Amino acid sequence: MAPMLETVPTAAVQPEPMLPELFRVQRLRQDSHDTFAIELVPLNPAFPMAFVPGQFVMAWVMGVGEAPFTLSHDPAETGHWELSTRVVGNVTRALRQLKEGDIVGLRGPLGTGWPLEQAVGRDVVLVAGGVGMSQLWPALCVLMRQRKNYERVSLVYGARTPEDLLYYTQLRQWKEAGLLELYCTVDRATRAWKGHVGVLSTLIPRLPCDSASALAMVCGPEVMTRFALYELGARGLAPEQIYIYLQRNMQCGIGLCGHCQLGPFFVCTHGPVFRYDRVQSLLTKPEV
Amino acid sequence: MNTQTLEPIIRGHPFFDGVNPALIGLIVGCARNARFEEGHILFREGDPADSFYLIRDGRVAVEAMIPQRGYTTVQTINAGEVVGWSWLLPPFKWHYDARVIKPVRAVVFDGKCLREQCEKNHDLGYEMLKRISQVIAGRLEATRLQLLDVYGANA
Repeated sequence: MAPMLETVPTAAVQPEPMLPELFRVQRLRQDSHDTFAIELVPLNPAFPMAFVPGQFVMAWVMGVGEAPFTLSHDPAETGHWELSTRVVGNVTRALRQLKEGDIVGLRGPLGTGWPLEQAVGRDVVLVAGGVGMSQLWPALCVLMRQRKNYERVSLVYGARTPEDLLYYTQLRQWKEAGLLELYCTVDRATRAWKGHVGVLSTLIPRLPCDSASALAMVCGPEVMTRFALYELGARGLAPEQIYIYLQRNMQCGIGLCGHCQLGPFFVCTHGPVFRYDRVQSLLTKPEV
Repeated sequence: MNTQTLEPIIRGHPFFDGVNPALIGLIVGCARNARFEEGHILFREGDPADSFYLIRDGRVAVEAMIPQRGYTTVQTINAGEVVGWSWLLPPFKWHYDARVIKPVRAVVFDGKCLREQCEKNHDLGYEMLKRISQVIAGRLEATRLQLLDVYGANA
Protein backbone atom coordinates (compact mmCIF):
# COMPACT_ATOMS: atom_id res chain seq x y z
CA MET A 1 0.00 0.00 0.00
CA ALA A 2 1.36 3.41 -0.91
CA PRO A 3 2.34 5.64 2.05
CA MET A 4 0.02 8.51 2.90
CA LEU A 5 1.11 11.75 1.27
CA GLU A 6 1.65 14.77 3.44
CA THR A 7 0.36 18.25 2.90
CA VAL A 8 3.18 20.31 1.46
CA PRO A 9 4.14 23.29 3.62
CA THR A 10 5.52 26.26 1.74
CA ALA A 11 6.41 29.74 2.88
CA ALA A 12 4.42 31.45 0.18
CA VAL A 13 2.22 30.10 -2.59
CA GLN A 14 3.14 31.75 -5.85
CA PRO A 15 0.15 32.58 -8.04
CA GLU A 16 2.08 31.63 -11.19
CA PRO A 17 4.46 28.86 -10.09
CA MET A 18 5.92 28.34 -13.57
CA LEU A 19 6.63 32.03 -14.09
CA PRO A 20 10.11 33.05 -12.90
CA GLU A 21 10.57 36.15 -10.81
CA LEU A 22 13.50 38.28 -11.94
CA PHE A 23 16.41 38.72 -9.53
CA ARG A 24 19.60 40.75 -9.80
CA VAL A 25 22.98 39.33 -8.81
CA GLN A 26 24.09 41.39 -5.82
CA ARG A 27 27.24 39.54 -4.84
CA LEU A 28 29.30 36.45 -5.65
CA ARG A 29 31.40 34.75 -3.00
CA GLN A 30 33.93 31.94 -3.33
CA ASP A 31 33.49 29.69 -0.27
CA SER A 32 36.03 26.99 -1.17
CA HIS A 33 38.11 26.05 -4.17
CA ASP A 34 35.02 24.67 -5.93
CA THR A 35 32.02 26.03 -4.02
CA PHE A 36 30.58 29.48 -4.50
CA ALA A 37 27.57 31.43 -3.26
CA ILE A 38 25.50 33.86 -5.25
CA GLU A 39 23.43 36.53 -3.53
CA LEU A 40 20.30 37.66 -5.35
CA VAL A 41 17.79 40.48 -4.82
CA PRO A 42 14.37 40.67 -6.50
CA LEU A 43 13.67 43.41 -9.00
CA ASN A 44 10.21 43.64 -7.46
CA PRO A 45 10.79 44.98 -3.92
CA ALA A 46 7.36 43.67 -2.87
CA PHE A 47 8.28 40.06 -3.69
CA PRO A 48 7.76 37.89 -0.56
CA MET A 49 11.17 36.62 0.56
CA ALA A 50 10.12 34.34 3.43
CA PHE A 51 11.07 30.68 3.13
CA VAL A 52 11.32 27.59 5.29
CA PRO A 53 14.91 26.28 5.78
CA GLY A 54 15.36 23.39 3.38
CA GLN A 55 13.16 24.80 0.64
CA PHE A 56 14.59 25.24 -2.83
CA VAL A 57 14.15 27.44 -5.88
CA MET A 58 14.40 26.74 -9.58
CA ALA A 59 17.05 29.10 -10.95
CA TRP A 60 16.88 30.04 -14.62
CA VAL A 61 19.96 31.37 -16.37
CA MET A 62 18.61 32.89 -19.54
CA GLY A 63 19.62 31.04 -22.67
CA VAL A 64 21.13 28.19 -20.69
CA GLY A 65 18.49 26.45 -18.60
CA GLU A 66 16.96 25.94 -15.21
CA ALA A 67 18.09 23.89 -12.21
CA PRO A 68 17.10 23.45 -8.55
CA PHE A 69 19.09 25.08 -5.72
CA THR A 70 18.40 25.03 -2.01
CA LEU A 71 18.20 28.45 -0.41
CA SER A 72 21.34 28.57 1.71
CA HIS A 73 21.23 31.65 3.89
CA ASP A 74 19.87 32.58 7.29
CA PRO A 75 16.11 33.16 6.84
CA ALA A 76 16.47 36.18 9.12
CA GLU A 77 18.32 37.91 6.28
CA THR A 78 15.22 38.90 4.38
CA GLY A 79 16.73 41.32 1.88
CA HIS A 80 18.17 38.71 -0.44
CA TRP A 81 18.23 35.05 -1.34
CA GLU A 82 21.45 33.08 -1.53
CA LEU A 83 22.29 29.97 -3.50
CA SER A 84 25.40 27.97 -2.66
CA THR A 85 26.69 25.42 -5.13
CA ARG A 86 29.63 24.22 -7.14
CA VAL A 87 30.10 23.79 -10.85
CA VAL A 88 28.61 20.45 -11.83
CA GLY A 89 26.74 21.21 -15.06
CA ASN A 90 25.67 23.81 -17.60
CA VAL A 91 23.48 25.91 -15.29
CA THR A 92 25.96 26.01 -12.41
CA ARG A 93 28.76 26.83 -14.85
CA ALA A 94 26.68 29.71 -16.23
CA LEU A 95 25.84 30.89 -12.70
CA ARG A 96 29.54 30.94 -11.87
CA GLN A 97 30.17 33.21 -14.86
CA LEU A 98 27.53 35.76 -13.88
CA LYS A 99 28.60 39.22 -12.77
CA GLU A 100 27.12 41.61 -10.26
CA GLY A 101 24.07 43.23 -11.82
CA ASP A 102 23.22 40.32 -14.12
CA ILE A 103 19.64 39.07 -14.10
CA VAL A 104 18.40 35.53 -13.40
CA GLY A 105 14.91 34.10 -12.98
CA LEU A 106 13.86 32.24 -9.86
CA ARG A 107 10.77 30.19 -9.10
CA GLY A 108 9.96 29.39 -5.53
CA PRO A 109 10.43 28.82 -2.70
CA LEU A 110 9.38 25.22 -3.36
CA GLY A 111 9.11 21.94 -1.47
CA THR A 112 9.22 20.98 2.18
CA GLY A 113 11.54 22.28 4.88
CA TRP A 114 13.41 20.94 7.90
CA PRO A 115 11.20 20.10 10.92
CA LEU A 116 12.38 22.86 13.23
CA GLU A 117 9.09 23.10 15.10
CA GLN A 118 9.10 19.37 15.91
CA ALA A 119 12.65 19.79 17.22
CA VAL A 120 11.66 22.27 19.94
CA GLY A 121 12.55 20.96 23.40
CA ARG A 122 14.58 18.04 22.04
CA ASP A 123 18.21 17.19 21.33
CA VAL A 124 18.94 17.94 17.69
CA VAL A 125 21.49 16.04 15.63
CA LEU A 126 22.54 17.45 12.27
CA VAL A 127 24.55 15.32 9.87
CA ALA A 128 25.97 17.06 6.81
CA GLY A 129 28.30 15.91 4.06
CA GLY A 130 30.08 18.00 1.43
CA VAL A 131 27.96 20.79 -0.04
CA GLY A 132 25.00 19.27 1.83
CA MET A 133 26.13 21.60 4.62
CA SER A 134 24.76 24.56 2.69
CA GLN A 135 21.35 22.88 2.54
CA LEU A 136 21.32 22.52 6.33
CA TRP A 137 22.82 25.93 6.97
CA PRO A 138 19.53 27.92 7.12
CA ALA A 139 18.17 25.40 9.66
CA LEU A 140 21.34 25.61 11.73
CA CYS A 141 21.15 29.42 11.72
CA VAL A 142 17.60 29.22 13.11
CA LEU A 143 18.67 26.67 15.75
CA MET A 144 21.53 28.90 16.86
CA ARG A 145 19.42 32.06 16.91
CA GLN A 146 16.66 30.36 18.90
CA ARG A 147 19.10 28.24 20.90
CA LYS A 148 17.13 28.26 24.14
CA ASN A 149 14.24 26.45 22.44
CA TYR A 150 16.33 23.32 21.93
CA GLU A 151 18.34 20.94 24.10
CA ARG A 152 21.77 19.79 22.89
CA VAL A 153 22.50 20.67 19.27
CA SER A 154 25.18 18.59 17.54
CA LEU A 155 26.59 18.76 14.06
CA VAL A 156 28.58 15.98 12.41
CA TYR A 157 30.06 17.37 9.24
CA GLY A 158 32.21 15.55 6.71
CA ALA A 159 34.12 16.87 3.73
CA ARG A 160 36.93 15.82 1.44
CA THR A 161 39.63 17.99 2.99
CA PRO A 162 39.75 20.72 5.67
CA GLU A 163 39.78 23.33 2.90
CA ASP A 164 36.39 22.02 1.71
CA LEU A 165 34.65 22.63 5.05
CA LEU A 166 32.08 25.38 4.53
CA TYR A 167 31.18 27.98 7.20
CA TYR A 168 33.99 26.58 9.36
CA THR A 169 34.88 29.87 11.08
CA GLN A 170 31.28 30.46 12.17
CA LEU A 171 30.88 26.82 13.22
CA ARG A 172 33.96 27.10 15.44
CA GLN A 173 32.62 30.29 16.99
CA TRP A 174 29.37 28.56 17.90
CA LYS A 175 31.32 25.63 19.31
CA GLU A 176 33.54 27.90 21.39
CA ALA A 177 30.47 29.75 22.66
CA GLY A 178 29.09 26.42 23.90
CA LEU A 179 26.11 26.55 21.56
CA LEU A 180 27.04 23.68 19.27
CA GLU A 181 28.66 20.26 19.68
CA LEU A 182 30.79 20.18 16.54
CA TYR A 183 32.34 17.08 15.00
CA CYS A 184 34.09 17.78 11.71
CA THR A 185 35.88 15.07 9.80
CA VAL A 186 37.62 14.93 6.45
CA ASP A 187 38.68 12.14 4.13
CA ARG A 188 42.30 13.24 4.04
CA ALA A 189 44.41 16.02 5.48
CA THR A 190 47.88 17.38 5.85
CA ARG A 191 49.60 17.58 9.22
CA ALA A 192 48.22 21.07 9.79
CA TRP A 193 44.78 19.59 10.51
CA LYS A 194 44.33 18.43 14.12
CA GLY A 195 40.72 17.30 13.75
CA HIS A 196 39.21 13.99 12.76
CA VAL A 197 40.12 12.12 9.59
CA GLY A 198 37.83 9.31 8.52
CA VAL A 199 34.28 8.74 7.48
CA LEU A 200 31.54 10.75 9.10
CA SER A 201 29.48 7.74 10.21
CA THR A 202 32.23 6.66 12.66
CA LEU A 203 31.62 9.84 14.71
CA ILE A 204 27.89 9.28 15.19
CA PRO A 205 28.32 6.84 18.12
CA ARG A 206 30.08 9.68 20.01
CA LEU A 207 27.19 12.12 19.79
CA PRO A 208 25.81 13.36 23.08
CA CYS A 209 22.08 12.96 22.63
CA ASP A 210 19.04 11.34 24.16
CA SER A 211 18.35 8.67 21.56
CA ALA A 212 14.78 8.18 22.70
CA SER A 213 13.72 11.73 21.92
CA ALA A 214 16.38 13.30 19.70
CA LEU A 215 15.54 14.51 16.23
CA ALA A 216 18.07 14.11 13.43
CA MET A 217 18.38 15.93 10.11
CA VAL A 218 20.68 14.40 7.49
CA CYS A 219 21.84 16.04 4.28
CA GLY A 220 24.59 14.97 1.94
CA PRO A 221 25.50 12.55 -0.82
CA GLU A 222 23.05 9.65 -0.75
CA VAL A 223 25.70 7.00 -0.06
CA MET A 224 26.90 8.99 2.94
CA THR A 225 23.31 9.48 4.01
CA ARG A 226 22.66 5.72 3.95
CA PHE A 227 25.67 4.95 6.16
CA ALA A 228 24.76 7.80 8.51
CA LEU A 229 21.26 6.34 8.76
CA TYR A 230 22.67 2.92 9.71
CA GLU A 231 24.68 4.52 12.51
CA LEU A 232 21.82 6.71 13.73
CA GLY A 233 19.71 3.54 13.88
CA ALA A 234 22.46 1.75 15.82
CA ARG A 235 22.57 4.79 18.12
CA GLY A 236 18.92 4.11 18.93
CA LEU A 237 17.08 6.68 16.82
CA ALA A 238 13.91 5.36 15.21
CA PRO A 239 13.25 6.19 11.54
CA GLU A 240 10.42 8.49 12.69
CA GLN A 241 13.03 10.63 14.48
CA ILE A 242 15.14 11.17 11.35
CA TYR A 243 14.61 13.54 8.43
CA ILE A 244 16.64 13.30 5.27
CA TYR A 245 17.17 15.51 2.25
CA LEU A 246 16.75 13.74 -1.09
CA GLN A 247 17.96 15.00 -4.42
CA ARG A 248 16.47 13.88 -7.68
CA ASN A 249 16.08 15.28 -11.18
CA MET A 250 13.72 18.13 -10.37
CA GLN A 251 12.49 20.04 -13.42
CA CYS A 252 9.05 21.59 -13.00
CA GLY A 253 9.41 21.89 -9.23
CA ILE A 254 5.66 21.68 -8.67
CA GLY A 255 4.84 18.00 -9.01
CA LEU A 256 3.63 17.99 -12.60
CA CYS A 257 6.35 16.63 -14.85
CA GLY A 258 7.24 13.48 -12.88
CA HIS A 259 11.01 13.64 -13.47
CA CYS A 260 11.74 13.52 -9.76
CA GLN A 261 9.23 10.78 -8.94
CA LEU A 262 10.35 8.37 -6.24
CA GLY A 263 7.79 5.62 -5.84
CA PRO A 264 4.58 7.38 -4.76
CA PHE A 265 6.37 10.67 -4.10
CA PHE A 266 7.42 13.68 -6.10
CA VAL A 267 10.64 14.84 -4.49
CA CYS A 268 9.96 18.44 -5.53
CA THR A 269 6.67 18.73 -3.64
CA HIS A 270 6.59 15.94 -1.03
CA GLY A 271 10.29 16.61 -0.40
CA PRO A 272 13.10 17.36 -0.68
CA VAL A 273 12.97 16.91 3.13
CA PHE A 274 11.37 13.56 4.01
CA ARG A 275 10.79 11.80 7.26
CA TYR A 276 12.97 8.72 6.89
CA ASP A 277 10.32 6.09 7.64
CA ARG A 278 8.29 7.30 4.64
CA VAL A 279 11.07 6.66 2.13
CA GLN A 280 13.12 4.00 3.92
CA SER A 281 12.01 1.19 1.63
CA LEU A 282 12.76 3.23 -1.50
CA LEU A 283 16.32 4.30 -0.80
CA THR A 284 18.19 1.13 -1.71
CA LYS A 285 16.09 0.16 -4.73
CA PRO A 286 17.96 0.61 -8.02
CA GLU A 287 14.67 1.55 -9.73
CA VAL A 288 11.24 2.44 -8.41
CA MET B 1 51.27 2.05 37.88
CA ASN B 2 51.40 -1.62 38.73
CA THR B 3 49.63 -4.35 36.81
CA GLN B 4 46.96 -4.85 39.49
CA THR B 5 45.59 -1.37 38.88
CA LEU B 6 45.84 -1.70 35.09
CA GLU B 7 43.37 -4.59 34.96
CA PRO B 8 40.21 -2.51 35.60
CA ILE B 9 41.43 0.08 33.10
CA ILE B 10 41.83 -2.60 30.45
CA ARG B 11 38.47 -4.13 31.31
CA GLY B 12 36.82 -0.71 31.09
CA HIS B 13 38.12 0.01 27.60
CA PRO B 14 35.46 -0.50 24.89
CA PHE B 15 37.75 -2.88 22.98
CA PHE B 16 37.57 -5.38 25.86
CA ASP B 17 33.92 -4.77 26.67
CA GLY B 18 32.37 -8.03 27.88
CA VAL B 19 35.56 -10.12 27.82
CA ASN B 20 35.87 -12.77 30.52
CA PRO B 21 37.98 -11.14 33.28
CA ALA B 22 40.01 -14.34 33.57
CA LEU B 23 41.26 -13.82 30.00
CA ILE B 24 42.20 -10.23 30.79
CA GLY B 25 44.15 -11.58 33.74
CA LEU B 26 46.29 -13.51 31.24
CA ILE B 27 47.36 -10.43 29.33
CA VAL B 28 47.60 -7.76 31.98
CA GLY B 29 51.24 -8.69 32.43
CA CYS B 30 51.89 -7.67 28.82
CA ALA B 31 50.53 -4.16 29.44
CA ARG B 32 51.94 -0.87 30.63
CA ASN B 33 50.41 2.52 31.13
CA ALA B 34 51.77 5.32 28.96
CA ARG B 35 51.41 8.99 28.07
CA PHE B 36 52.54 10.52 24.82
CA GLU B 37 52.88 14.19 24.03
CA GLU B 38 51.67 15.88 20.87
CA GLY B 39 54.04 15.14 18.01
CA HIS B 40 55.28 11.85 19.44
CA ILE B 41 55.67 9.14 16.80
CA LEU B 42 54.17 5.88 18.05
CA PHE B 43 55.63 3.95 15.15
CA ARG B 44 56.89 4.33 11.62
CA GLU B 45 56.14 2.43 8.45
CA GLY B 46 58.35 -0.64 8.12
CA ASP B 47 59.28 -0.84 11.81
CA PRO B 48 58.57 -4.09 13.69
CA ALA B 49 54.96 -4.12 14.89
CA ASP B 50 55.60 -4.91 18.50
CA SER B 51 52.88 -2.90 20.26
CA PHE B 52 49.13 -2.65 20.55
CA TYR B 53 47.63 0.57 21.91
CA LEU B 54 44.35 1.03 23.74
CA ILE B 55 43.68 4.76 23.49
CA ARG B 56 42.13 6.15 26.67
CA ASP B 57 42.44 9.83 25.81
CA GLY B 58 43.71 12.00 23.00
CA ARG B 59 44.04 11.50 19.27
CA VAL B 60 46.45 9.67 16.98
CA ALA B 61 46.90 10.31 13.26
CA VAL B 62 47.65 7.40 10.95
CA GLU B 63 49.79 8.85 8.20
CA ALA B 64 51.28 7.87 4.88
CA MET B 65 54.30 9.58 3.41
CA ILE B 66 53.56 10.44 -0.21
CA PRO B 67 56.56 11.59 -2.26
CA GLN B 68 56.29 15.23 -3.38
CA ARG B 69 53.13 15.66 -1.29
CA GLY B 70 54.45 14.99 2.18
CA TYR B 71 52.61 13.34 5.04
CA THR B 72 48.91 12.73 4.50
CA THR B 73 46.64 11.74 7.35
CA VAL B 74 44.40 8.90 6.24
CA GLN B 75 42.66 8.29 9.56
CA THR B 76 42.53 9.55 13.11
CA ILE B 77 42.00 7.34 16.14
CA ASN B 78 40.38 8.64 19.30
CA ALA B 79 39.67 7.73 22.90
CA GLY B 80 37.96 4.35 23.17
CA GLU B 81 39.59 3.03 20.01
CA VAL B 82 42.74 1.01 19.35
CA VAL B 83 45.85 1.55 17.28
CA GLY B 84 47.49 -1.28 15.42
CA TRP B 85 46.67 -4.81 14.41
CA SER B 86 49.95 -5.58 12.63
CA TRP B 87 51.31 -7.08 15.87
CA LEU B 88 48.91 -10.00 15.30
CA LEU B 89 49.51 -10.68 11.62
CA PRO B 90 52.73 -11.64 9.81
CA PRO B 91 55.06 -10.09 8.80
CA PHE B 92 54.54 -8.07 12.04
CA LYS B 93 55.56 -4.77 10.44
CA TRP B 94 53.76 -1.41 10.52
CA HIS B 95 52.33 -0.29 7.21
CA TYR B 96 51.78 3.36 8.18
CA ASP B 97 53.16 5.94 10.56
CA ALA B 98 51.22 6.85 13.70
CA ARG B 99 51.69 10.30 15.26
CA VAL B 100 50.09 11.80 18.34
CA ILE B 101 48.12 14.96 17.47
CA LYS B 102 46.42 15.44 20.85
CA PRO B 103 48.18 14.26 24.03
CA VAL B 104 47.46 10.57 24.51
CA ARG B 105 46.94 8.39 27.56
CA ALA B 106 47.08 4.76 26.54
CA VAL B 107 47.56 1.21 27.68
CA VAL B 108 50.34 -0.26 25.57
CA PHE B 109 50.62 -4.01 25.15
CA ASP B 110 53.79 -5.78 24.14
CA GLY B 111 52.78 -7.43 20.86
CA LYS B 112 55.10 -10.42 21.16
CA CYS B 113 53.85 -11.11 24.68
CA LEU B 114 50.23 -10.87 23.49
CA ARG B 115 50.91 -13.27 20.61
CA GLU B 116 52.49 -15.78 22.98
CA GLN B 117 49.51 -15.62 25.33
CA CYS B 118 47.13 -16.05 22.41
CA GLU B 119 49.05 -19.14 21.26
CA LYS B 120 49.04 -20.60 24.76
CA ASN B 121 45.34 -20.00 25.35
CA HIS B 122 43.17 -20.28 22.26
CA ASP B 123 40.10 -18.91 24.06
CA LEU B 124 42.07 -15.72 24.51
CA GLY B 125 43.39 -15.96 20.96
CA TYR B 126 39.91 -16.37 19.51
CA GLU B 127 38.57 -13.50 21.59
CA MET B 128 41.38 -11.20 20.43
CA LEU B 129 40.93 -12.31 16.84
CA LYS B 130 37.17 -11.61 16.92
CA ARG B 131 37.71 -8.14 18.30
CA ILE B 132 40.58 -7.23 16.02
CA SER B 133 38.49 -8.53 13.08
CA GLN B 134 35.73 -6.10 14.05
CA VAL B 135 38.22 -3.26 14.06
CA ILE B 136 39.61 -4.33 10.68
CA ALA B 137 36.11 -4.74 9.21
CA GLY B 138 35.10 -1.28 10.41
CA ARG B 139 38.18 0.28 8.91
CA LEU B 140 37.74 -1.64 5.65
CA GLU B 141 34.19 -0.32 5.37
CA ALA B 142 35.38 3.19 6.14
CA THR B 143 38.14 2.89 3.55
CA ARG B 144 35.66 1.74 0.91
CA LEU B 145 33.52 4.76 1.63
CA GLN B 146 36.53 7.04 1.35
CA LEU B 147 37.41 5.40 -1.98
CA LEU B 148 33.92 6.20 -3.25
CA ASP B 149 34.85 9.87 -2.84
CA VAL B 150 31.27 10.63 -1.84
CA TYR B 151 31.92 14.35 -1.53
CA GLY B 152 33.34 14.65 -5.04
CA ALA B 153 31.59 16.58 -7.78
CA ASN B 154 30.45 13.39 -9.47
CA ALA B 155 29.14 11.69 -6.34
